[in-house]
Amino acid sequence: MKIHEYQARELLAKFGVPVTASVLAHSGEEAAEAFDRLRGDHGIKMAVVKAQVHAGGRGKGGGVKLVKSAEEARAVATHMLSKPLVTPQTGPEGVPVKKVLVAEAVDIAKEYYLGIAVDRSKGCPVLIASSEGGVEIETVAEENPEAILREPIHPTEGLQPYQARKVAYRLGMAGKQVGQATQIMAQLAKLFLACDASLAEINPLVVTPATETHPAEGRVLAIDAKMNFDDNGLFRHEDLKALADPAEENPAERRASAHGLSYIKLDGNIGCLVNGAGLAMATMDLIKLHGAEPANFLDVGGSASEEAVTEAFRIILDDPHVEGVLVNIFGGIMKCDIIARAVVSAAEHVGFQVPLVVRLEGTNVEQARQILQRAKAQLPTMQVGTDLTDAAKKITTGVKAVDVA
Amino acid sequence: MSILVDKNTRVLCQGITGSAGAFHTKGCLDYGTKMVGGITPGKGGTKDANGLPVFNTCDEAVRTTGANATMIFVPPAFAADAVLEAADADIELIVCITEGIPVLDMMRVKRALHGRCTHAGKSKKVRLIGPNCPGVITPGACKIGIMPGYIHQPADQAPTKKAVGIISRSGTLTYEAVWQCSTRGIGQTTCVGIGGDPVRGMDFIDCLELFNADPDTHGILMIGEIGGTDEERAAGYIQANVRKPVVAFIAGRTAPPGRRMGHAGAIISGGEGSAETKIAALRRAGCHLSESPADLGATMARALGLS
Repeated sequence: MKIHEYQARELLAKFGVPVTASVLAHSGEEAAEAFDRLRGDHGIKMAVVKAQVHAGGRGKGGGVKLVKSAEEARAVATHMLSKPLVTPQTGPEGVPVKKVLVAEAVDIAKEYYLGIAVDRSKGCPVLIASSEGGVEIETVAEENPEAILREPIHPTEGLQPYQARKVAYRLGMAGKQVGQATQIMAQLAKLFLACDASLAEINPLVVTPATETHPAEGRVLAIDAKMNFDDNGLFRHEDLKALADPAEENPAERRASAHGLSYIKLDGNIGCLVNGAGLAMATMDLIKLHGAEPANFLDVGGSASEEAVTEAFRIILDDPHVEGVLVNIFGGIMKCDIIARAVVSAAEHVGFQVPLVVRLEGTNVEQARQILQRAKAQLPTMQVGTDLTDAAKKITTGVKAVDVA
Repeated sequence: MSILVDKNTRVLCQGITGSAGAFHTKGCLDYGTKMVGGITPGKGGTKDANGLPVFNTCDEAVRTTGANATMIFVPPAFAADAVLEAADADIELIVCITEGIPVLDMMRVKRALHGRCTHAGKSKKVRLIGPNCPGVITPGACKIGIMPGYIHQPADQAPTKKAVGIISRSGTLTYEAVWQCSTRGIGQTTCVGIGGDPVRGMDFIDCLELFNADPDTHGILMIGEIGGTDEERAAGYIQANVRKPVVAFIAGRTAPPGRRMGHAGAIISGGEGSAETKIAALRRAGCHLSESPADLGATMARALGLS
């Protein structure tokens, strides 16, 4: 589960990590008020208006703008809220912006990257730090891998103080910054473990230049944050669950998950309905191998009911780009006859206007074949795939034939 | 021969009175697995529908039945504890079927199993398969898990006299692989579903090592998918150690980066986990890559010199 930047900042603050002051706004008017409030409370001269969407790469898409007055904040926010934001991660249609964050803009002496992720091969969380802040860590990893420090975190003992000190000194910090940074690392690790996080990123973590109020050294603080949580751990975090933003999810994907189906919308023209995640991915690959593109990933799982599978067909057929449907089931726990019944039910209630190829194998396959045989009149566009290759050929040629006609 | 399990393996089911545990205990019994009992706290002293004894604790179950393997169907919130309980009871092979266990719980389990001491103060090797996996099967001898038994071909009855070991991160895709081998007369010594979670017990290398040492395993079929770097590390191991033919397939070449494809572990993120890098690494290691999921059996037949 992903959350917005403003929510991640609140969580950081709750764990004692210093963040720049900010106010959330839903309109140009509110953004102007936010600017005034920040000026009154914190004496800011400049602020950053930031679109609150889950997608990354906001800066590149014009979703982060520096403003110098309440009027400017109003104008920038109004514009951001008026149209979808397109970033390298959103696709060309972009995502709607419902909220913006007006945040204190601080002078920056130095930027760092600080994050915690799961190290799959070691089986523990890992603290990742780099003195090249403000850049995506993937980019740093590719171009300058030695600039990245990695420190494993014990899943029960947490990050040890010496580990944080080691990282801070290797990042080139000195004086009071070391203490501030190690404190931030320790708290970020606590947050990660306490919240079942899968990613907790502060990028950038900044050091501000020495000022009149802090003459000796600058402050270390977070000016942006990104957090993801392990869906499997959410059952023990009611408070985090409440941070989910359904508006950020694809409506068809939301509908599918309400029925216990795992569905991901893709850009192709061949819808697929499969049991098991690995087989579902392999089926997408198979479609591509035969010269077409999958319209979706769909795993109906092992225990879906006839109703849930019928709903799965509805979701697939509601996608206007779908020109054909491939059903690929290897029955284990999932029984083939349930799928066959759902095909018939979908034919009755939705209707297959496009070519349909059904390939079934495994548990109760004979019963399933008989069910489909009996319903043949209701399924004029259906063909049976004898094996994977046969099924792939039939659906891709079937779709092409319709294109020509 | 086989790896991990055979006809003498004595198996418990943790969560035996739950619906999934009960259903699959019956399935394993029907296949011929030596099921010796189960555990459901609070139901100790009773019998399950098949007349198997139910115990309150793993410790008691092991002392009474002499079990050396267990399959876990405990709900996600309690599954990590069930794994630790099994390890504490000195069960050598723990097969965790449960899907949806928090990653943090699995990280803690891994750490605990790693530095584990038994009551006698000696540390004993414990193997964990899964979680979020179909289980492990030695066809004709022992099935621990949820896979349909009849699709498998016992190694000693294979018409081609050839048998392979299968290792996979996916359930149904494993069945596909098994079926394509069985229909070509290729038997299976053992099939291990290592599971679709990002942090798990046995990985490809653990299984490759065992299959490599098993004289009855003539070839190895490994099925990977996007996410993590296990396949890349396996490729390194294969190149250095394995002299048997290895056929590999990687699912998810068409999966978009940053999206979790059903399995908790199937995601391309942080610049790692794409199908291309895995395929390239396995190819460099001398594996036979199956381009299509439809060619798993045919590629294996060719690799074994059968066609």
